[in-house]
Amino acid sequence: MEQERGLPGSSLSPRSPSSQPYLSVSVTDPVKLGNGVQAYISYRVITKTNFPEYQGPEKIVIRRYSDFVWLHARLFEKYKGIFIPSLPEKNAVEKFRFSAEFIEMRRQALDIFVNRIASHQELQQSEDLRTFLQAEEETMERLRSHDSGIFKKKPADLMQIFKDVQSKVSDIVLGKEKPVEESNPEYEKLKHYIFELENHLTEAQKHAYRLVKRHRELGQALLDFGKAAKLLGACEEKAVGKGFSELGAKSEMLSNKLQTEAHQLLMNFEEPLKDYVRTVQSIKATIAERANAFRQQCELAETTKLKEINLDKLMLMRSDKAAEAEMEYKELKAASEEATRKFETIVALMHQETIRFQEQKTLDMGLAFHEFAKGQARLASGVADAWRSLLPKLEALSVS
Amino acid sequence: MMMDSENQGFEEAQLYSSRDQMENLVVKEQLSSKSFSNYRSAMSSLSETHHPLSPPTILTPADSDPLLAPTIDRDVRNPKASDRLFSEPLHFSDVNSVPFDGNSFSDVNGVESPSKSSESSGGLSRSSSSNLEYIQITVSNPQKEQDVSNSIVPGGNSYITYLITTRTNMAEFGGSEYSVRRRFKDVVTLSERLAESYRGFFIPPRPDKSVVEGQVMHKQEFVEQRRMALEKYLRKLAGHPVIRKSDEFKVFLQVQGRLPLPTTTDVASRMLDGAVKLPKQLLSESAIAPQEVVQPAKGGRDLLRLFKELKQSVTNDWGSSKPAVIEEDKKFLEKKEKLRDLEQQLSAASQQAELLVKAQQDMAETLGELGLTLIKLTKFEHEEAVFNCQRVRAADTKNVATAAVKASRCYRELNAQTVKHLDVLHDYLGLMLAVHGAFSERSSALLTEQTLLSDLSSLKSRAEKLEAASSKVFGGDIARIQKLEQLKESIRTTEDAKNVAMREYERIKENNRSELERFDRERQADFLSMMKGFVTNQVGYAEKMSHVWAKVAEETSSYSKENN
Repeated sequence: MEQERGLPGSSLSPRSPSSQPYLSVSVTDPVKLGNGVQAYISYRVITKTNFPEYQGPEKIVIRRYSDFVWLHARLFEKYKGIFIPSLPEKNAVEKFRFSAEFIEMRRQALDIFVNRIASHQELQQSEDLRTFLQAEEETMERLRSHDSGIFKKKPADLMQIFKDVQSKVSDIVLGKEKPVEESNPEYEKLKHYIFELENHLTEAQKHAYRLVKRHRELGQALLDFGKAAKLLGACEEKAVGKGFSELGAKSEMLSNKLQTEAHQLLMNFEEPLKDYVRTVQSIKATIAERANAFRQQCELAETTKLKEINLDKLMLMRSDKAAEAEMEYKELKAASEEATRKFETIVALMHQETIRFQEQKTLDMGLAFHEFAKGQARLASGVADAWRSLLPKLEALSVS
Repeated sequence: MMMDSENQGFEEAQLYSSRDQMENLVVKEQLSSKSFSNYRSAMSSLSETHHPLSPPTILTPADSDPLLAPTIDRDVRNPKASDRLFSEPLHFSDVNSVPFDGNSFSDVNGVESPSKSSESSGGLSRSSSSNLEYIQITVSNPQKEQDVSNSIVPGGNSYITYLITTRTNMAEFGGSEYSVRRRFKDVVTLSERLAESYRGFFIPPRPDKSVVEGQVMHKQEFVEQRRMALEKYLRKLAGHPVIRKSDEFKVFLQVQGRLPLPTTTDVASRMLDGAVKLPKQLLSESAIAPQEVVQPAKGGRDLLRLFKELKQSVTNDWGSSKPAVIEEDKKFLEKKEKLRDLEQQLSAASQQAELLVKAQQDMAETLGELGLTLIKLTKFEHEEAVFNCQRVRAADTKNVATAAVKASRCYRELNAQTVKHLDVLHDYLGLMLAVHGAFSERSSALLTEQTLLSDLSSLKSRAEKLEAASSKVFGGDIARIQKLEQLKESIRTTEDAKNVAMREYERIKENNRSELERFDRERQADFLSMMKGFVTNQVGYAEKMSHVWAKVAEETSSYSKENN
């Protein structure tokens, strides 16, 4: 059940009980709270759903950026292999942090973030998501500050055993210098693709941002030129004076069109490109997770084998250490199987996710391109119309 | 390449000193008749404002950029058709019909296009229904030459000469084509001589001497810049109805061989010159031709005279002695004020025009870069595609990339035209210098007149005193009588000089007046033409871009939220 972002799945109304399950979220209403250094923006998060696990058909909560960060971290931990939707950047230049434009860009990105999660088949089932969407603000605050500590620690036992074992095994066997990597040509291709893609996209996003700036600059230039033309018109007489006045007024008017388009360009073209870059970066994070999982699987498999060999030796020798060793061996074997299972899950998930990613990106970019083209066409035709309307006047002035 | 054939055709088109040659004009097929009629109506409306007594049209057509003079109509018997060779702002329909080649705007990046200069020269956009007078000047072929005489340094001084080619049908020239070689110093001389002979006229300012110290730019660049500046300057002179017929100009353009350099330019010898030529009546000695006195005091020469006039102007300013003539022309003073305002606003507008051009240029660049980046992305996505949706995305990206590149080109071309149109602002700002010059000639002539008047009055009073004193001596005082005679001679000379000065002043006043009238008239026409050209251009390119982007929007409409 793939859902469009921001739209409820299928067109059925929330009220019909036999309708398809849906979960739709919107992030709205940014409000500045607090004072001075402590100031932050809070958002209204409105959830509409008919999922049974949820408290009701509609819920509204107040959340801030760090709550979203919490959600992202939890999902990243729990759903390895899935490309967790990316968050807008954490840091921003201080003075820019509360500009209307920045706030709007962030709100839009957060809205997209939550909706992607809500429309993802697996992620939408997440308990953490439910917490995020429904919990009281105090609960959220507690979780947020509590969990920020937890993620520094490694999950206990597994790693402990692993570390013990590793210290006993020779470097040569493990090849500690060489990172252990999969030899999967298809996957290699994907990795190479992702890394290259990031470069291309970053460059494209950079130019898109510059284009926004150019629109603003052209708008400013037209404004200043218009003013100067009007002043010049005031010095001149009759036809020329009038001509310059009209020209100046038109130029000033067009300046506004350019500023508007600059904003549109930023929100509907540059942001999607930036979002694309972030998505690719989140894939890179998943690639890293997969590499970790693979390494763990390999190393555990290796050490389990060694342990088995050791155990056999001890049993042959009828050592009293055999019993302990057997227990350890069994634990290690379980852990190894767990690691293998985890790795294979990641591989399977990544495969699905890659397809989903590619398809989604075609839609996302298609829309972004469409908006870009539409905006430019609108601007150009507006400019043409405005200047064209001046021509008969100038013509008349030439005759007079 | 398309451009070259257009150039060639154009070159040929200009050589129409005879009917036959006119009939060989190359027709620009691409241009629609609609644009021609629009242009025609514009031209005829301009001609209605043409002063009946002003000199006939001068054509100094653009010689290299067909986009500036897009239409040469087959109907060459129509005198107005020749007007088409003026730089004319493109009608917006031309934008779509004339093939644009990126190379045609190689001159856009801040460098002056020579053809543009013709738009700014005097009688350009003014048409006349009868006379087809034209003069076309080209500066080309810079060459290094050695100054073999006068070389203090062994190996001599080397300098650059330029080939100056004139084509004209003007009667005053007595021929149709001339080529001479001139160096920059010759141009300086020309401008100085014109300044002397045409006091009170708005003489277009000559290019700067600006010696490039330390070779910040390559010699080649400098030479090219200078070449263009010279061409522009000469064309402007050719556009001035009076100056174009001047002896100085004709000699400069026609006379073969080296022009004599101005008599030594170093200050010391100039001072010596001056000392010899000091208006002797100022030293109470024998007379000099009044005409010489009447020329404005030049630095180096006439030092004494300069001091005298300075004293006089101080006297005038403080009003301690009543000068006989004051600048009472209220209308003139008002006009001067207005011109000062105009200059200020013109300067501001000129600056903003530069910034606008830069902004358009930047837009073009960034769109281009975006386009290229997206093309790279397209290629990448296509090559690495595993899924079909990737190929779809690659195709979408390509559409946008192509559109961005097209839009970039549009902005570049738009800008090239914008530069040419808005240059009129820069040109008129430059012309304000000439106006200042003309006004200061007037002041200086007035000052000369006033100085002479004051001299005259002091001479007369000295004569009176001397007469009174000498009459007291019985039998006469030979020494005093002799002195008196000398004084009386001085008085006569000074009286003559004063009269010449007065006439000179009146003459300059009249020059000022007629030039102001011409200036106002031409400025009106040029500015309106500039505005129309600028606006037409904007419309044309905006329409083009709108089509380009609308197409992409259409192609990607399936992604639109409304359609989903």
